[in-house]
Amino acid sequence: MRSGINSVFSFARLGALLIKEFIQMRRDRITFAMMLGVPLMQLVLFGYAINNDPKSLPAALVAMSSDPYTRAMVSALQTTGYYRFDHVVQSAAEAEFLMARGDVAFVVTIPTDFARRVERGDQPQILIEADATDPAVASGAISTLGTVANHALLRARGMQETAAETARGQLEVVVHRRYNPEGISQYNIVPGLLGVILQMTMVMMTSIALTRETERGTMENLLAMPSSPLEIMLGKVLPYLVVGAVQVVVVLAAAKLLFGVPFTGSLSLLLSAVLVFVLALVLLGYTISTMARTQMQALQLTFFFFLPSILLSGFMFPYRGMPGWAQIFGEILPLTHFLRIIRAVMLKGADLPAVATEIGWLVVFVALFAGVALVRFRRTLD
Amino acid sequence: MNAIDVHGLVKRFGDKTVVDHVTMTVAEGEIVGFLGPNGSGKTTTIRIMCGLLTPDEGEGTVLGFDIRSDSLRIKREVGYMTQKFSFYEDLTIAENLEFVARLYGLKPLNEHVGRTLEDLGLTSRKDQLAGTLSGGWKQRLALAACIMHKPRLLLLDEPTAGVDPKARREFWDEIHRLASGGLTVLVSTHYMDEAERCHRISYISYGKMLATGTVDEVVRNAGLTTFVVQGPQLDRVAAALSGRSGVDQVAPFGATLHVVGSDRKALKAALADVEKHHKGVTVSPGETSLEDVFIQFMSDSKDNMG
Repeated sequence: MRSGINSVFSFARLGALLIKEFIQMRRDRITFAMMLGVPLMQLVLFGYAINNDPKSLPAALVAMSSDPYTRAMVSALQTTGYYRFDHVVQSAAEAEFLMARGDVAFVVTIPTDFARRVERGDQPQILIEADATDPAVASGAISTLGTVANHALLRARGMQETAAETARGQLEVVVHRRYNPEGISQYNIVPGLLGVILQMTMVMMTSIALTRETERGTMENLLAMPSSPLEIMLGKVLPYLVVGAVQVVVVLAAAKLLFGVPFTGSLSLLLSAVLVFVLALVLLGYTISTMARTQMQALQLTFFFFLPSILLSGFMFPYRGMPGWAQIFGEILPLTHFLRIIRAVMLKGADLPAVATEIGWLVVFVALFAGVALVRFRRTLD
Repeated sequence: MNAIDVHGLVKRFGDKTVVDHVTMTVAEGEIVGFLGPNGSGKTTTIRIMCGLLTPDEGEGTVLGFDIRSDSLRIKREVGYMTQKFSFYEDLTIAENLEFVARLYGLKPLNEHVGRTLEDLGLTSRKDQLAGTLSGGWKQRLALAACIMHKPRLLLLDEPTAGVDPKARREFWDEIHRLASGGLTVLVSTHYMDEAERCHRISYISYGKMLATGTVDEVVRNAGLTTFVVQGPQLDRVAAALSGRSGVDQVAPFGATLHVVGSDRKALKAALADVEKHHKGVTVSPGETSLEDVFIQFMSDSKDNMG
């Protein structure tokens, strides 16, 4: 009895391929563990480790006098959380040495005439030297400085002078950090990590899907049996879509439970967007699989794609900080669009119209990758 | 209708012509041995026939289907056993068979798989991973998986490489049993005893079909003369013989020398000369074997390559 054997697409044959793929996946314990364990491990590791706004940075204080103004300034800097005065030194040379050695990220110098200048209203100055070899380290600490210093002075003077006098000529800098008022890095990092983890595992797993068959010699047999390119593609891609779905649930649950990342927007919108993104990724991986001759080549191609995805998508470095050509390059990476969607939906509570364009981009990627994969697929061994 | 009817097949990889105008016909129910040295184009020819490769030139039909335009239908009617075991080693025997049965849409599934397992005598080991099977069992599993969908043509690419003699014998008994049921078989091999179990053989070398016919026909058409030399110090005799005009092959067989040549007169003269100079050496006419013919073919084609 043979049924539907002559059709171009048969669910029975797709079923055969899917069952086979799931059995293989289940048997390959290490890979299976990797697919579920690695995302969680990476999320916890990077979620806690990556911090774009580092605090409690070692600092050296060069203060000659111990008048109330100086003390007020020092305690104000300390309460920002950015500065941790590990070293109190007597000379600029000593501080210089500490910074050169990398022991401190900042040197705060409060001159001896600081108190006198404050009282005279004579433009008091303090000097903050920052180790700017890593600009990101210093930026947060420096940006809060003006406000903090003025507040400190106000308070210190308020104790000794009239309120009317203190208000005079002081400028208050108002900074609003929207969507993430406390500037918590995790809120930015964790949703991004979901994208990066999916990009990593999904593309990698599927990129070796076909090349593994070729390397093990099973491809020849598969091609000699009745199965269409579409069936083979779906048979390879759908199991990983399921794995991706599990990863998404794991990472989102962890984001909520471990990092308390807010879910402002619609969960169903988020999940649909993730589904499209994962589909784009597995198809990208499969496309790589149709091009590479060996698993090693497939992995190399995966990484060739992975690094720009991390660096130019806005995950690691601000998208808007990149030059125009790099932004255009970023646009052709699925991760860029996914990051915009997930950040918008999770943190800003964006609705479908707000992210429709980005989702549209992902759909374009899906169609593009599927098309290329089907064209590239070698139905023969030529 | 011939099961295989192809002519003028050409396949090039880069500037290397792997299959060079191969023409072949195999009648239904026939067992045809496909012989030739390594790299002679046997595998490539078989792959063209089962639709895995498209020929650069040439036409033909397999089971009446055009090899260029109907490769999907050919795939459904042909059982192809690859040279290397190409089922899933991380799937059990039963899972592999189920996979194949599902791909071919065999129903009911359990019946087909169960019967195949029983035929193989593997029912008790059906949950064993295919990768843990020995060479002989892998070969039996592969054959069983190829014939489960009841193909009309079986293409076997060196099916008995690395299989012990007993398993080889059983394998060939099975092939003959299948052929008597009407199945056509094309089998590539290196082994002479296997070639002799085929109804007909085809010999290919460097992509060119050099001979085709029954074993007797191929031997007869090769036009070789063979003599058997006996006597003391045969190694010296062999040294004296090789390189002489008329002497194409000198091969020790136990206590005798097998001397083969295509020019009967020159060969006789050379042997008479040697017989004269070596005491106690006798020369008697011998039977040319298929192996002699093949070795002749191989050395001839090498000359052509130069």
